[in-house]
Amino acid sequence: MTTTAPTTTGVPRARSRRRVKPTLALGLVLLVPFVLAALAPRLLAPYSPTDFDYSAILQAPSAKHPFGTDNFGRDVLSRVIHGTRVDMQIAVFTTLFPFVFGSLLGALTGFVGRWADAVVGRVADLVVVFPFLVLVIAIVAVLGPGLTNMYIAVSAVGWVAYWRLVRGEVVAHKQTEYAQAARVLGFSPTRVLLRHILPNAITPAIVYLMTDMSLGILLGASLGYLGLGAQPPTPEWGVMVADGKNFMVTAWWISGFPGLALTLAGVTFSLIGDGLADALRPRS
Amino acid sequence: MTAVEGDALLDVRGLTKTFPAPQGLVDRWRGKPRKVVRALTDVDLTVRRGETLGIVGESGCGKSTLARCLVRLYPADRGSVRYAGEDVLSLGGDELRRYHRRVQMIFQDPFSSLNPRMTVGQVLREVLTVHRLRPREGMDARVTELLSLVGLPAEAAGRLPHEFSGGQRQRIGIARALALEPECIVADELVSALDVSVQAQVVNLLLELQEKLGLTVLFVAHDLRLVRHLSHRVAVMYLGRVVEVAPTNVLFERPAHPYTRALLAAAPHLDPAHRVDAPALSGELPSPLDVPSGCPFRTRCPHAFDRCVTERPELLDVGAGQQVACHLFDPAASAGGR
Repeated sequence: MTTTAPTTTGVPRARSRRRVKPTLALGLVLLVPFVLAALAPRLLAPYSPTDFDYSAILQAPSAKHPFGTDNFGRDVLSRVIHGTRVDMQIAVFTTLFPFVFGSLLGALTGFVGRWADAVVGRVADLVVVFPFLVLVIAIVAVLGPGLTNMYIAVSAVGWVAYWRLVRGEVVAHKQTEYAQAARVLGFSPTRVLLRHILPNAITPAIVYLMTDMSLGILLGASLGYLGLGAQPPTPEWGVMVADGKNFMVTAWWISGFPGLALTLAGVTFSLIGDGLADALRPRS
Repeated sequence: MTAVEGDALLDVRGLTKTFPAPQGLVDRWRGKPRKVVRALTDVDLTVRRGETLGIVGESGCGKSTLARCLVRLYPADRGSVRYAGEDVLSLGGDELRRYHRRVQMIFQDPFSSLNPRMTVGQVLREVLTVHRLRPREGMDARVTELLSLVGLPAEAAGRLPHEFSGGQRQRIGIARALALEPECIVADELVSALDVSVQAQVVNLLLELQEKLGLTVLFVAHDLRLVRHLSHRVAVMYLGRVVEVAPTNVLFERPAHPYTRALLAAAPHLDPAHRVDAPALSGELPSPLDVPSGCPFRTRCPHAFDRCVTERPELLDVGAGQQVACHLFDPAASAGGR
């Protein structure tokens, strides 16, 4: 019984630094112009986004108006740039509350289980019974159109996705041996949940958050298009696409460029989400 | 290994634990009684201070459930667990935290038992911080000390679990448990997930630490050779019950319970001339959902007789510190086999 424990051989040297994934890098690079445009639209935009110029209506893209002008003679480039702030705000505000609220509630009900889980589960079922967009439109219709009411409507519906995602992960991670070890080590339930389970359980929700941001922009655009979101003359991409729909054949640029910005923003967030999924996954 | 003469540190009496089996909505609606998995039934067990008690049995016999009940990971249905006279099952809050400082657990799976996002140093430091075991200044020194105790270099503190091998991770798990300076360690299948060559290293480390720190160890395993190598006494479990307890040498030389005999006979032996007279087990392990009446082993026992069907055998002393739950050894019974 006097065997000496051999000193362990070869703990792997040099912690291999994880390289930033190309998808994440590309996404972050693409994000830069959006951030700049959202922060300082006045510095970048050559014209006012709202001033009419009846001497220059429906002009095709040119050196003077790179994205052309619309039926009121407004510079489409300037409107797209100014719209960035509104749409980025939509991306954040339609997802932030659902993410925070849904994740915390999911962590809590997944961890506690029992009746709390059952009650929230039934409420969530009630929300998902209705198609997402239909329910949002119904709520906005009741509250009245406008961005604030749109945020309220999306928040009331959007938390369910995060709740489900995080709840499931927490239930799974609760069973792992490291979570049990944390309990046996005498850690409080709060510590076990917040320090051990949640950091491991939140990853899919963060990745989904990125996808959801691009969906949020599209949703904001859809509601803007339907007249329930941003109100004219606010330069919002969805509203701009809607405004240009009558000129689609003769002046494609009125809808085309805001549509392009919309697409590009969606791709950017998706790339970031994809890259984050790789970067956040713990290696085993 | 010879038995340790010590007072009882951990005393388990009549411990029972069931898990409700999943039930369909229709059955529940009809009010059908819910089936239960009988993981532990009336387990009696004593662990003496300073000894290593091995717990063996087939998978599903309840040995892991027993380990988890003892550290309060699972609530027990019935029975009592006394640790140094203290009623473990009723502890709460600070008392439970103090209990966990004295009784720690080492887990089976080296890959899931460590939080993948925390470095080894963070893991150990968290334990020391939460239990206020060291002031901030003494923390790093203690981490290094704990790592060297389990044979890991100080640099290991800065690394994440995925950078270690299975054996090294088990060492980290041991260091984490030792951070609390416990008296008693419950090791649930400590090495069964490791390569055989690494198993010996980790087991010997545990032996060495036990000697150095005077630990009491509850060693849950299914590998008989390992248990023989490091236990003072061995408890054999079958379908949620302890069927035999004896000092290691007694158990391996004179196994009494028919199940123990079959278990030992089934273990592979290196000597081809070696023959055992006990018959190999026939039949399947009954489902813990539907435990046989009377003696749980009677469906597979070559010596079963009428009384085994109707009456459950209690653990009885048969001398030399050996206890057996079998009617064959009941002096009151006339129909004894051997």
